[in-house]
Amino acid sequence: MSIDLQTVKKIASLSRISVTDAEAEAMVPELNNILGWVEQLGEVDVTGVQPMTAVIPNQQRLRDDVVTDGNVRDKVLANAPQAEHGFFAVPKVIE
Amino acid sequence: MTDLTDLTVADIRDGFRGGDFSAREVAEAFNANVAAAKALNAFIVETPEKALGAADAADKARAAGETLGPLAGVPIGMKDLFCTQGVQTTAASHMLEGFTPTYESTVSGKLWAAGAGMLGKLNLDQFAMGSSNETSYYGNVISPWRRKDGGNAALAPGGSSGGSSSAIAARLCPAATGTDTGGSIRQPAAFTGISGIKPTYGRCSRWGIVAFASSLDQAGPMARTVRDNAILLEVMSGFDPKDSTSLDLAVPQWEAHLSSDLKGKTVGIPREYRPDGLNAEISAMWDRGIEWLKDAGAEVVEVSLPHTKYALPTYYIIAPAEASSNLARYDGVRYGQRDLPDGAGLQDMYAATRAAGFGPEVKRRIMIGTYVLSAGFYDAYYTQAQKVRALIARDFELAFEKCDLLLTPTAPSASFALGEKQADPLAMYLNDVFTVPASLAGLPAMAVPGGLDAAGLPIGLQVIGKALDEQTVLNASLAIEERAGFTARPDKWW
Amino acid sequence: MTETSYRIQGATGEWEVVIGLEVHAQVTSNAKLFSGAATAFGAEPNTQVSLVDAAMPGMLPVPNRECIRQAVRTGMAIDAQINKWSRFDRKNYFYADLPQGYQISQLYHPIVGEGQIEIVLDEKNPEASTKVIGVERIHVEQDAGKLMHDQHPTSSYVDLNRSGVALMEIVSKPDMRSPAEAGAYLSKLRTILRYVGSCDGNMDQGSMRADVNVSVRRPGEPFGTRTETKNVNSVRFVMAVVEHEASRQVDVLESGGTVVQETRLYDPDRNETRSMRSKEDAHDYRYFPDPDLLPLELDDAFLEECRQSLPELPDVKRKRYEQGLGLSAYNAATLTADADTARWFEALLAEGARIQKKSEGEVAKASANWLLSELYGALNRLGKSLEESPVSPEEGAELLALVADGTISGTIAKQVFEIMLETGERPAAIVEEKGLKQTSDTGAIEAAVADVLARNADKVAQYKGGKEALFGFFVGQTMKAMQGKANPQVVNELVKKGLA
Repeated sequence: MSIDLQTVKKIASLSRISVTDAEAEAMVPELNNILGWVEQLGEVDVTGVQPMTAVIPNQQRLRDDVVTDGNVRDKVLANAPQAEHGFFAVPKVIE
Repeated sequence: MTDLTDLTVADIRDGFRGGDFSAREVAEAFNANVAAAKALNAFIVETPEKALGAADAADKARAAGETLGPLAGVPIGMKDLFCTQGVQTTAASHMLEGFTPTYESTVSGKLWAAGAGMLGKLNLDQFAMGSSNETSYYGNVISPWRRKDGGNAALAPGGSSGGSSSAIAARLCPAATGTDTGGSIRQPAAFTGISGIKPTYGRCSRWGIVAFASSLDQAGPMARTVRDNAILLEVMSGFDPKDSTSLDLAVPQWEAHLSSDLKGKTVGIPREYRPDGLNAEISAMWDRGIEWLKDAGAEVVEVSLPHTKYALPTYYIIAPAEASSNLARYDGVRYGQRDLPDGAGLQDMYAATRAAGFGPEVKRRIMIGTYVLSAGFYDAYYTQAQKVRALIARDFELAFEKCDLLLTPTAPSASFALGEKQADPLAMYLNDVFTVPASLAGLPAMAVPGGLDAAGLPIGLQVIGKALDEQTVLNASLAIEERAGFTARPDKWW
Repeated sequence: MTETSYRIQGATGEWEVVIGLEVHAQVTSNAKLFSGAATAFGAEPNTQVSLVDAAMPGMLPVPNRECIRQAVRTGMAIDAQINKWSRFDRKNYFYADLPQGYQISQLYHPIVGEGQIEIVLDEKNPEASTKVIGVERIHVEQDAGKLMHDQHPTSSYVDLNRSGVALMEIVSKPDMRSPAEAGAYLSKLRTILRYVGSCDGNMDQGSMRADVNVSVRRPGEPFGTRTETKNVNSVRFVMAVVEHEASRQVDVLESGGTVVQETRLYDPDRNETRSMRSKEDAHDYRYFPDPDLLPLELDDAFLEECRQSLPELPDVKRKRYEQGLGLSAYNAATLTADADTARWFEALLAEGARIQKKSEGEVAKASANWLLSELYGALNRLGKSLEESPVSPEEGAELLALVADGTISGTIAKQVFEIMLETGERPAAIVEEKGLKQTSDTGAIEAAVADVLARNADKVAQYKGGKEALFGFFVGQTMKAMQGKANPQVVNELVKKGLA
């Protein structure tokens, strides 16, 4: 499958990366090149193969239900570009 | 008196304990080298005071007769992908410029607890995406090596742990941390004539390491000797309940069990790693490596890893897919850069912030990852890639029924000039052709230098082991190290 | 199983409504699903937030066993398939209340598969009005943070206290056909969750909220296009949404339009739903397995513990109350509709049986009647809930025992109960102190009867002349003279004797 300018813009939008028209156009051949190359995977016969789930056999451990964290608002907000009254602040969202 | 910066980690540790020199002397010597090597651009942040602080603590502990940590008196470099409390952590991105973690990564915390001191935060490819250290927002890292052709072409130190490899090769630090997602420890080690090991996936906690691709990322040490790698890996490894993928296993005493006697071991030589057109010098180095391992007592057999050619395309679906999601948190809300054009709404702010904060390679990979996960393409790309990944892992399992370890080249060429491959992302990706398969299978793999090519640049070998069998990987690497007698070092020009 | 015949009468004929609910229920746990931060309601902004919840670089999730356990127990309570192998997936989208840029959820392999919930539409006639609603799945996922828009003219504020709190998403099949069924399903689900203890069911605090999927069709035809009305937070509102949305869709279709598959919001003040500005890319969440987590594998011991720890469930309890205790269908349904009520009733029953040395069945009817009429009446008057009742089950049982053994009459019991509510004293002490013990002293009663008959000679004559209804009058007057303390049976006998 090859992707066009429209698709590149859609992917950029899904990725929340603003691109100029020129940037998007430059990406068309670049991404096509890479995607065309990875598409060779399609030729591998994977009949009966389960997708890999864990690289090394390992069990998901579960935590005890104990409060061990939190109450670190200063740390949470320390690097915020905009924090006010204990909140993160963002441009007004209209719902 | 010997130059303290020529000493290995083991030398420093033992010399410090034996009273040959103080930790402060060591720290000062490396601090001086760091300060004098701006031309290499290996560090994003230098922290001489941290190195001195740890050194003074070590000196005091030694004077008081207290028990010394395994790395007491040893200063190291920290890849700027590890979050360090109170010290800016950027992942070499503009996005995280000015981000000062309020927490310490598990691995760096273990190193400091063992007595190591931090010389600074090492440059890298942005978000660890790259193979030449040309994607850093803070400028290219330059390899200390130069070709013996009279030219002064600036060479790539490899990537993504290029700050680490360059700094170690230039004696700015005796060892450093790296992270390896598809070869980011091993390829830069090979380019700069040092060693580095990516342990089994899950040995080192990923907690506090800026994530690139979660199912592939592994921390590991880089240093000039195999022994030094064993020393550091013992400290860096260990179960961490804060990382669900961490292995709940005791850490073996790798250093104590180092042995270059390979009698009874069988080395597999995967035939798919010798494609037509493989660089002749790389090929010859591989042959030499085979002889060295035979000399160390190992049997050598040819094995097949039939899905090898699919490893890179598999990697370039899975890693970008995971990255596209892992990097979604960089949105300008809680930390890092924010770009807020006039009148911008929330979603506009995201798009502007991420356009300004990410470099071109990061954007490229996020876009690829977003695409392969998007509606209608998920199965064809991502699910297929995870199936092929399972086949690649099975290839290794089958090969390891016939052998105990694998020997391969680390990279398809020696270091190349900065700028040489930048225009063609695919050509750059091909650098990882020999390192990516072990990453996909989560296996321990180590790069060890073998010699210099005709241009005078280091080329190396890669040893891949069974899961959890770092010991055999280290031992075979030690056998190579002893026989290669690699002592070459770059002439100082910086 | 019954077919309800709820139909919307459109201009062009009848329409049937098809409803499915996706209920988000906050899992009762101390700590969050993937971090050790607290979950308590109402804390200062961003104080119950760990670095994991704020999605700081390099932070990783580790699941909370209790949240998994509660989801499994809930699944067992609705007789659902429990998946011993499940997995967490990432749902990717950008929003200010979602720090990671993805929600950890379960799309491909949920922890609980198909189950079912029985609803009863008429509590007085449960057998004839029971319907089984299918549950498609239950999965576990993270809640998002909260955005506040009113604090600042140009900024919205983000509070991450809820970010990462564990939710169960309980997805029904499109099996409901009327507002009443949707309401009954949500009530029943809430009852079950509260019995199991996996969710507190506090809808006003947002612990439970429903996304209501509604479509309409001509009876017997394939499903129509559905709309999803988000975050509806009461049973009443769910019913209102169904009603409103169904008639809106009928209007659209009958005027020649088509229903748009979209997300809508309910405005309780205006009682209407309106379309949410359709979020761009809303439908491309790029789900994939979370690579920070391993597949969740549950062993038999874990499942067995979950099963063992389940309480008696409402349907079983209701049947036991009816068949084992002999209660009416209505009383059994009312007493079992809420876990707290059933618990209170059973404490009352146990204590009553103990002190009266009878079986629970023998004291059940009186206990149920007293709880549902006297106690509920009093609590209603006082504006209190059962948990806040000033009278304990032990005290209630003591009061009922005094009636049962003839110490006081039912009338006196009402007085004693009032005093208990006011003073908090034990019933036996009140009876003793106020001298309310009922008397069977035939001498005193005989005297009172004689007095009554003497003072009402005219009525005695009428009685004897055939106006037998006056019998009650003589009994009442005698009781009055005895200040209510006479044993009614004895009074009856003696009045009869006196008139003979």
